[in-house]
Amino acid sequence: MKSILRRAVLAGAALLLPAFAHATDVRIMWYNDGNEGEVMRDLLDRFEKANPDIKVILDQVPYKAINETLPQLVSSGQAPDMARITDLGGQADYYLDLAPLLKDRGYWDKNFASVLPWTRPAGNTSGIFSLPTQVTVTMPIVNETLFQQAGIALPGPKATWQEWATAARAVAAKTGAAIPIAMDRSGHRVAGPAISMGAKYFDGDTPVLVDDGLKAMAKLIYDWHRDGTMSKQIWGSVGGTAYRGANEEFANGQVVLYFSGNWQFPQFAKTIGDAFDWHGVNTPCGPAGCTGMPGGAHLVAYKTTKNPQAVARVLDYIASEAVYEEYHARTLFLTAHAGLMAKGIAYRTEMPQVKKSLAAAAANAAALSPTAYKLQGYLRNRIMFNALIVRLNQAIAGEMSLDDAFARMTSDFADGLKAAGVR
Amino acid sequence: MSALGRLIDAPFEAVQRAIGAARMPYVFVAPNLLVFGIFVAAPMILNVWYAVTGGIQLMPGERPYVGASNFAELLDCDTFGVIASCRQDRFWRAVANTAWFVAFQVVGLVAVSLVTALILNRRMPWRGFFRAVFFYPVLLSPVVVALIWKWVLQPDGVLNALIVAGGGARVPFLLDPSWAFSWTVVISIWAHMGFYTLILLAGLQAIPADLYEAAEMDGTAHGRVFWRITLPLLMPNMVVVLVLGLIRAVQSFDEIFVLTGGGPGTATQYIVQYIYETAFANQTHILGLAAAASILVGGVLMVLTLLQLAATAWSKGGGVGR
Repeated sequence: MKSILRRAVLAGAALLLPAFAHATDVRIMWYNDGNEGEVMRDLLDRFEKANPDIKVILDQVPYKAINETLPQLVSSGQAPDMARITDLGGQADYYLDLAPLLKDRGYWDKNFASVLPWTRPAGNTSGIFSLPTQVTVTMPIVNETLFQQAGIALPGPKATWQEWATAARAVAAKTGAAIPIAMDRSGHRVAGPAISMGAKYFDGDTPVLVDDGLKAMAKLIYDWHRDGTMSKQIWGSVGGTAYRGANEEFANGQVVLYFSGNWQFPQFAKTIGDAFDWHGVNTPCGPAGCTGMPGGAHLVAYKTTKNPQAVARVLDYIASEAVYEEYHARTLFLTAHAGLMAKGIAYRTEMPQVKKSLAAAAANAAALSPTAYKLQGYLRNRIMFNALIVRLNQAIAGEMSLDDAFARMTSDFADGLKAAGVR
Repeated sequence: MSALGRLIDAPFEAVQRAIGAARMPYVFVAPNLLVFGIFVAAPMILNVWYAVTGGIQLMPGERPYVGASNFAELLDCDTFGVIASCRQDRFWRAVANTAWFVAFQVVGLVAVSLVTALILNRRMPWRGFFRAVFFYPVLLSPVVVALIWKWVLQPDGVLNALIVAGGGARVPFLLDPSWAFSWTVVISIWAHMGFYTLILLAGLQAIPADLYEAAEMDGTAHGRVFWRITLPLLMPNMVVVLVLGLIRAVQSFDEIFVLTGGGPGTATQYIVQYIYETAFANQTHILGLAAAASILVGGVLMVLTLLQLAATAWSKGGGVGR
């Protein structure tokens, strides 16, 4: 009896011990726009099954935690092993260079060449610091049902911002929709339209926030808040640098044209479905073009990780073509993978709204201005974006004139660069 | 002595034998001092270091010493009193907003709490129930308070639904600077008055009933009773309410941040939010500037606390109603 008991205990210990003794934990801080957390967890479960020595913990947190809590953790040496971020260059000095750890860096260079520079620290031209988990392009999404109800045709692919505003106001007037145009409260969102209006953002390699192009777009937004084309409900309901989207208002059928980006598609497929006819359209034009802004979320690893090899194995797995394709097909995200872009992704959706939107996003991505790419790759672009949003919002609220707001944007940007140690 | 008592007693006896009875009080206060040291004193000292250092590094050892330049930047104005002339105009706007908020909120809070306490002190049916009702908001989390009121005040909220149903037009309660500011005052009073009402109620119940009986026998008018008996004898409690309310108003942040985010523009951005955003919310975390601003606020709170002590001593010494 004693011998049977001893054998049972030993057998149990033999079964349990490897799980406790050898599994290396890899912790990822992750936020969601749509269903990507669910998809990633599913893919990681398969990875763990094939790699029992690595356990991947996916901490799914609100986007605000990525923007505000994560930078503190990183600065204080308490970063997770990896995180999904959107401020790509903001803390580039803390990212782990994955190049020497990856199985086949040639595969990464070949397929992700266009976006890898966005997470490189200043002066670094060859490191691999991230894997893109989503490519975004800022663009408008329309409620076509409202246009149909109003009997007004959608403006054409080369329509200007002013033409869209006129059409959206007319639709809202006829249908009773509360908000003709909504734009996320974000400097990144304003940047594309500003470039279309002629904003350069750089004088050579020197970043310059305020010029005539930016002033022209800022004036449009300011005027639209005054005449009701844009509702103060979006930009006016928060202060400081806080982000405020209009996705809920759009999903509730209150918005005619919503300038946001392709990351909203999976969410709208779920929240709106076919309740009304919504889809992405071509980005409105200005005198200098018809561009939005590129962007996206990347998965970065931090130098403080105790398990760089395990981190690289996880990233190699996610980046592998089949897994990467499945991730994008299920999340409905645009991809940065050159091979998959050439081959095309068979998105898993039957919704005509989503299919139409993805086609529009691909067209908008192809039309992005080089200035937009340069701005996206600029490490301190958030300082520009924040200065713009805070001061323009103050002007809209009536606290200062537009001219004063432009002067403050310039000085805020200079102060921000100085504080960040940039000369 | 119980078994548990003996268990606790034994180690303390051993310590007392080792260090002597005279030093035992230090042993008893040590745990509290340790917690205070770690969570209050050390952060305060660190805050001073951050205030005199620059850069965006978080680790204290990596930050360059800059002397008083953070304070100088905050106080750098071409013309004091003209916010637009200040280099850190958002700091001064937050200071001005806070000053107005404190003025309206504290006066309103004391007045509403006093009236409520006077009513709840009277004999009336359901008195216990009403006392609980007025205290209930104090038990709510500030975030819950803000979300409830947001639900009421937003453009499609309950209040606007009632106005529209009554034939009126929607009012931009949280989108118009004046309305938004006013509502932050009202909501702050609503959320905190229960606590202050309780303090005043305790003061009212401590006033001897025979004073009122004597006044009634003399046929003294109600107003005169209030001014000559109730208010003077309630003054120590009023001073506590006034000063605690004042300190709390200066520290206002959580419920207002959730309700308005400081907007529209900076109409409801108060000083603590400025400190929070400067230190944590922007991409560039300017910790030195935020620490310097927090020291300035700390100085103001220190003055208010000293005023409380002086006023309390004054009212206890019979300074009121002579």
